[in-house]
Amino acid sequence: MSLAPVNRTTYREAVREAIREAIRRDPRVFLMGEDVGRYGGAYAVSKGLLAEFGPERIRDTPLSESAFVGAGIGAALGGARPIVEVMTVNFSLLALDQIVNNAATLRHMSGGQMSVPLVIRMATGAGRQLAAQHAHSLEGWFAHVPGLRIVVPATIEDARGMLWTALEDPDPVLMFEHQTLYNMEGELAENAGPVDIDRAAVRRPGRDVTLITYGATLFKTLAAAATLAGEGIEGEVIDLRTLRPLDMNTIFASVRKTRRVVVIDEGWRSGSLSAEILARVAESAFYDLDAPVARVCSAEVPIPYPRHLEDAAVPQSAAIVEAVRALMPAPVSR
Amino acid sequence: MIEFRMPTLGADMEAGTLVEWLKKPGDAVTRGDIVAVVDTDKGAIEIEVFDSGVIDRQLIEPGQKTPVGTVLAMIRAPGEPAGALPEPAGAAPEPAPTRARISPAAKKAAEQLHVNLDSVEGHGPGGSITVADVERAASGGGTVPGTPDRAIGMRAAVGAAMARSKREIPHVYLSTTIDVSPTLTWLKAENARRPVTERLLPAVLFIKAVGRACAEVPDVNGFWTEHGFAPGPGVHVGCAIALRGGGLIAPALHDVNTKSLDIVGREFADLVMRARAGALRSSELSDATITVTNLGELGVESAYAVIYPPQVAIVGVGRIVERPWVVDGRVEPRSVVTVSVSADHRAVDGRGAGSFLTAIERALQAPNTL
Repeated sequence: MSLAPVNRTTYREAVREAIREAIRRDPRVFLMGEDVGRYGGAYAVSKGLLAEFGPERIRDTPLSESAFVGAGIGAALGGARPIVEVMTVNFSLLALDQIVNNAATLRHMSGGQMSVPLVIRMATGAGRQLAAQHAHSLEGWFAHVPGLRIVVPATIEDARGMLWTALEDPDPVLMFEHQTLYNMEGELAENAGPVDIDRAAVRRPGRDVTLITYGATLFKTLAAAATLAGEGIEGEVIDLRTLRPLDMNTIFASVRKTRRVVVIDEGWRSGSLSAEILARVAESAFYDLDAPVARVCSAEVPIPYPRHLEDAAVPQSAAIVEAVRALMPAPVSR
Repeated sequence: MIEFRMPTLGADMEAGTLVEWLKKPGDAVTRGDIVAVVDTDKGAIEIEVFDSGVIDRQLIEPGQKTPVGTVLAMIRAPGEPAGALPEPAGAAPEPAPTRARISPAAKKAAEQLHVNLDSVEGHGPGGSITVADVERAASGGGTVPGTPDRAIGMRAAVGAAMARSKREIPHVYLSTTIDVSPTLTWLKAENARRPVTERLLPAVLFIKAVGRACAEVPDVNGFWTEHGFAPGPGVHVGCAIALRGGGLIAPALHDVNTKSLDIVGREFADLVMRARAGALRSSELSDATITVTNLGELGVESAYAVIYPPQVAIVGVGRIVERPWVVDGRVEPRSVVTVSVSADHRAVDGRGAGSFLTAIERALQAPNTL
């Protein structure tokens, strides 16, 4: 652990600090998106940056995701290192053609002559009563697409450190920031800097069951693991961090130890990332399993607006605890 | 709907008294679950179920003495609706075949630990067998002591079975005296390096040697049926165990030929303990494919035993004694034991039984390969 002094900060400030560092360190970096400049960003991430860096580096765009993501791709092809902010993952669907048909394919279709060193940041997830047009978790869709790297910072450290590493990547990186995390407070080392975007992290070690998750659900999973520990069940919590490519080695190592696995994914169950992870576990670690694979996903409904329905629609700690209990052996009384 | 019947726990059992239901209507059961305790002349036996499903209704109340084969309970097959009426004749769909739920890791562990999964009770989700269940089985745990009793009934039961055996089975008897000095030397050295709790008894070597010989001469391992000899589904060696307070019981050690000496030793210790505590499983009492009786403890030099029907052979082991023995042309004091085999002449000839005896001798004299 670092012995450097730590500061109290928030996830939002950590993302902002990462953007400031990138703009300062590399003249090719600029931020572009709806309301990122004068308004300071829909989630106030870029507040103050326009005044600090000026309109060349902090650029407000028209309300056309297709246009400004396409412009970002063009800038990246031209040698810039754009950070494009899309307000929410729902709106990114307007730019799906640019992301999937252009950004993800150009290296391949140009025979390696072109690369698109672009970072697209967007908010994702439910929990702030923003209803079905702002609150879905579609990062798993993007994780389906070859040519993209998908990263999901869950911790303040990753919010601070993933952006620079993503900008270093010669190919497009999509970064998903969960809406409920921006206000999360925590400590960050004063000298915190870039972190890797290749490996999953074990956030809590345990011997009995592997709990795989990412993003804001990490904290619900950690809460569930704490509850389970009170019952003598030690859950090992893995934060995926990167959804594509998946760090299966970390997952396999854990499953081989615990023999039980639950994926907790705010995405819908059908055709989801959770399905992909569990299929790979079944393919490669089948003989290590001591219980069926299991998952906790969002209900298959558009995310509701009312608080109680929104809470009921997405994975909560209680459901995670239940899913784990169902995998554990009955007590042996004899 | 599946009929769960009073099982037969050996040739000498005609009826049992239901002591207790361990499951109630509505409970899900998985093949291998213990669902009831039945009192027989040989003690209180835990009765396993051989199908999976949900107990629909129980037809017999505790306390009732019930002939073998009587339907004790009806079990709903998976997917069958509750309280289903009997299906109209001809239209009944075959119930889906059920299979034991065994986790992949448990299956692998069972292979490594040489555990017979048929005798393992599952405690995982849905009654599945997990690694922990296999490990428990391998270490011989997982049973409750019951209450020993009822010597008189047992005397009658043993008598009935033996009378039937002598009446029906044309016994052929062979015996040989085996020099076990090198075997005992090996055992002594082996035990010297083992913790006390893991030391091997000579009896375990005999059981294992018989298991090995059964694999070599399968003609003696199995049952005499109305259609003639039926080979055993495995080598399940019944071990005649004298009960404190009188009586005799011969529960099976499963798959002795494929298990290591260590496992056989542990399982034997467990079996003796449970037999004496009256906590045997129904499968252990009904599926021995051959029996070993070891009367050496009592000082008996050789034993010619009566076959336990429907098995076709029984091995009698006497006391290990020091005798002058000719080795390489010189007389030496050696430890020798007389081993006999009683075989059902309908199933096997003297020649086959002799080969079997020779195979036991060979196995005993190479204990490091057991």
